[in-house]
Amino acid sequence: MIVRIMGEGQVKLADSHFTELNKLDDELLEEMESGDESGFRRTLHALLDKVRELGEPLPDDALEPSELILPAPDATLDEVRSMLSDDGLIPG
Amino acid sequence: MSGVMKRMGMIFRAKANKALDRAEDPRETLDYSYQKQLELLQKVRRGVADVATSRKRLELQLNQLQKQSSTLEDQGRKALALGREDLAREALSRRAALQQQVSDLEVQHQTLQGEEEKLTLAAQRLQAKVDAFRTKKETIKATYTAAEAQTRIGEAFSGISEEMGDVGMAIQRAEDKTATLQARAGAIDELLASGALDDSSGLAKDDIQSELDRLSGGTDVELELQRMKAELAGGSSTSQQAIEGGQGQSQQLQPRDTPRFDKQ
Repeated sequence: MIVRIMGEGQVKLADSHFTELNKLDDELLEEMESGDESGFRRTLHALLDKVRELGEPLPDDALEPSELILPAPDATLDEVRSMLSDDGLIPG
Repeated sequence: MSGVMKRMGMIFRAKANKALDRAEDPRETLDYSYQKQLELLQKVRRGVADVATSRKRLELQLNQLQKQSSTLEDQGRKALALGREDLAREALSRRAALQQQVSDLEVQHQTLQGEEEKLTLAAQRLQAKVDAFRTKKETIKATYTAAEAQTRIGEAFSGISEEMGDVGMAIQRAEDKTATLQARAGAIDELLASGALDDSSGLAKDDIQSELDRLSGGTDVELELQRMKAELAGGSSTSQQAIEGGQGQSQQLQPRDTPRFDKQ
């Protein structure tokens, strides 16, 4: 599966890694919903590190649609929350 | 998966699809839709063929069973002729079982035949619809292309008319300016003549000087007339030529001396 880290690029991940990543992803969602900023930051970094570690980076000129998208490492809780609001990532 | 990754991915895809919709060419969509209809028609036709094959297979089975059934009937008759009623009974009971199978298969055969007829009809109707769609699609495509061209022509025209408008405005402004200048010049002349405005150039003459000038000018004319009369009396041809030449020259000069406000 192709995963994009916003502002960084794409990595290719084997499906076998998803159980591990899903745990962190669910945790991230919980922290976002509860408004736990520090927990959110910690988990986001852990998730991104894991994706970078397990994934194989795709060249910049590769044109592959991303199946999963992750916020940039410096994205704040509010920013991510607004991205996931009804208006979505790209307004309009 | 219902975490952040998945949700963000979904939002991105939804937005990308929306962006695609906006960039979509209706002609391509029509072609795509036609392609899909053709595929559907192909599927229905394949379905008809499958049903027909099954029907054929059933017919073969039925023939075989009927052959076996008549063989058993013959065997029963022979057995009875030989006085073997037990054998005849056995043959007839086997035949009865076969007859049951035959009637079951016949029901299936009928159902399949009905199904096949329905599918054939559906395929024919679909074919007609697809044909109609193709015609309509081509018409829509042609209309769209024409409308697109018309829009482009319209845009070009509006562009031209805007430009023409600019030119028109420039001419109008030039005319206005000329008229204003003329009016101003006229007004100044009038004001100067009436004495309401002083001529600062020092070229203005008072009434007495003007009268003197007029008188002296008149004297000059009289003198000139007398000179010309004397020349004519002398019969000089050279002087005639000189007059003609002079006239020609004055004609050539005229356009340059006359101020013109030509619009073109």
